Amino acid sequence: MWDNLQLLFVWAPIINVQIILDGIFVGAVFALSAYGLALVWGVMNIKNLAQGDFVIMGGYLAFALHQLQVPLVLILLIVMPLMFIFGWIIYIVMIRRILDQDMFVSLLATFGLSLLLQQVINLIFGPEVQTIDMEMPVYDAFDNMVTVPSSKIITLVLAALIAVAVVVFMKRSRAGQAIRATAQDPRAARVLGIDIDRVYAFTFAFNAALCGAAGVLVSIIWVIQPFYGITYSVRSFAIVTAAGLGNLPAVIGAGFGIGLFEKYTGTILGTAYEVAAPVTILLLVLIYRQFQMRRNRQVVR
Amino acid sequence: MKHFSLKATIASAAVVVSMGVTGAAMARVDGDTITLGSSISLTGKYATNGLHTQRGYDYAVKVINEAGGVKVSGKSYKLAVKYYDDESTPARGAQLAERLIQQDGVEYMLGPYSSGMTKAIAPVSEKFGVPMVEAEGASRSLFTQGYKYLFAVLSTSEQYLATAIDFAAEKSPDPKSVKIALAFEGDPFSMDVRAGVMDKINEYGMKVIIDDQLPADLSDMSTTLTKVKALKPDALIISGHSKGAATAARQIDEMKVNVPMIAMTHCEAAKVQEKFPKTSNGFLCPTQWVETLSKSDPMFGSAAEWNAGFKEDYPSYTSVPYQSAQASAAVYVFKKAFEAANSFDKDKLRDAISAVEMETFYGDIKFSAQGNNIAKPMFMRQIDASGTYNLVEKADDMAYPRKVAY
Repeated sequence: MWDNLQLLFVWAPIINVQIILDGIFVGAVFALSAYGLALVWGVMNIKNLAQGDFVIMGGYLAFALHQLQVPLVLILLIVMPLMFIFGWIIYIVMIRRILDQDMFVSLLATFGLSLLLQQVINLIFGPEVQTIDMEMPVYDAFDNMVTVPSSKIITLVLAALIAVAVVVFMKRSRAGQAIRATAQDPRAARVLGIDIDRVYAFTFAFNAALCGAAGVLVSIIWVIQPFYGITYSVRSFAIVTAAGLGNLPAVIGAGFGIGLFEKYTGTILGTAYEVAAPVTILLLVLIYRQFQMRRNRQVVR
Repeated sequence: MKHFSLKATIASAAVVVSMGVTGAAMARVDGDTITLGSSISLTGKYATNGLHTQRGYDYAVKVINEAGGVKVSGKSYKLAVKYYDDESTPARGAQLAERLIQQDGVEYMLGPYSSGMTKAIAPVSEKFGVPMVEAEGASRSLFTQGYKYLFAVLSTSEQYLATAIDFAAEKSPDPKSVKIALAFEGDPFSMDVRAGVMDKINEYGMKVIIDDQLPADLSDMSTTLTKVKALKPDALIISGHSKGAATAARQIDEMKVNVPMIAMTHCEAAKVQEKFPKTSNGFLCPTQWVETLSKSDPMFGSAAEWNAGFKEDYPSYTSVPYQSAQASAAVYVFKKAFEAANSFDKDKLRDAISAVEMETFYGDIKFSAQGNNIAKPMFMRQIDASGTYNLVEKADDMAYPRKVAY
């Protein structure tokens, strides 16, 4: 660990550039799936444990399309609607029935969905690790110490475009306004003529589409495997817990923060600890909140 | 009523006992057939490799029987194998091993597929004193339990990448100055591989400058590779099953990592030569067996002849996996041991197996007191620019440093 710190700050400070860049790329993808989770959590109070598996599913759809020689932009435009439809179906079949139940039912149901998705993907694609190799140029700088593959740059741009589109959509469109209204007060929204059921269905489907987009990006810059979903679920939960519900700028900020924290932890303590990093953040945030809330807490008599 | 039920119980017990006795006698050596038992993964996550193993057993049984079978006390016996599908779950494997021994009366066992399954079954065969020759469990920890009836024809996992360290030492004027980077997953197999590598490193007095453990959900190892680029080691050693090999190959390419020597396990399984043809050029990959090996025996002929014969029986293989070859070798060990013991007694057979010392198409076989094969080395192959695996027998056969144009 001491060696690694020296490496970072004394011997080769230039690798900080690489780590920060990697952290940003990682964070951008995390932020996408985390925002979907924040929406579903905030609007309908469903804690979706299958979030990571939606991401992996999007990745495998992209992988299948890539095998058919479909270009990248088209892949994204096909996967997002497909995942949207899939999310809508899942809502009708399953989520609608557990909306009024308590928290454990939603956790158990989505956990079951997560297992089901993993096994189905495993049956169709097999347990091998897959990746989309775009064979695009890799840029390097500082005597090859910093390398940036163009696939990651494209990914970052796409993630930014999707984020902007989501912000505009939520602020300007009728559907976005309806979602926000329902999140604030479902009963009042219903009084004002908003079809709550449709809003819920749309929100869940929208979340699936965002996860699908994140999955496409993941399959381009890293590797996918049917059982990798859990790491994305954990990261999404950590980000949403840190950022709060329904606050897109905070989610993006937390995404980048966790991305950087992960990369620095990985460099200093070793790659095995990278996965533990978001969980540590989750824990720290919860402890901090516990103290923060303390003064508001009153004894009920 | 009570009287009647007692009678019935005794009668049924007698039937069960007599069935058990005759069943056992029939299964062990029935007329002129010796039955071996095996619980093998034909469904579940190990199904592919389980099938490779089963075919290896079946092919050997066929060849041995065609050549006159096994001669014990002047009489020829045919070999047969009784299989059960263990569904790739250890608990089921242990159950089936017990069923083979207790109900089917099997007294000689062939191993299952994978170290994990072997770990589950070995205590059972040990309990009943049934000798088991296995071909697919490489974990070192199988041979530190003091098992007396477990024998393995393959090299144990700590030998997988140790040769790479030998090569690195030979290529350097001063082995003490060689710098090594290690990236290993934390599972038992990879930790075994790492232990073997560490022994060699300490032997030569080399320096380990990076020693990262990789997580099980291994989709990103860029932080390790960033350090590799900064510290410029002479060799990078990686083990993390297929997913480790795939992730490493992908990111080595993306980050333009230029280390003179890169060695990793599971290259073939991850198909790195197909998926990353440019980067995988120069990777060193260990294998248990190669069909170009210059070893032979009177039963199967040379390695190439075994390979050709096996392909003829199973034409779906373009390249035969070593799992099948070692399975055939395990059956061959039984033939030799039966003939040496000249008896069907399982303890005499056990002693005969432990004394086996022979050359086979699969390599030399001689068991240590712990039961692992100490006569056969691991083989190292290097991927070339065309994606072909070439055998590297000594350091000079190796393309060094690795040449890649990113």
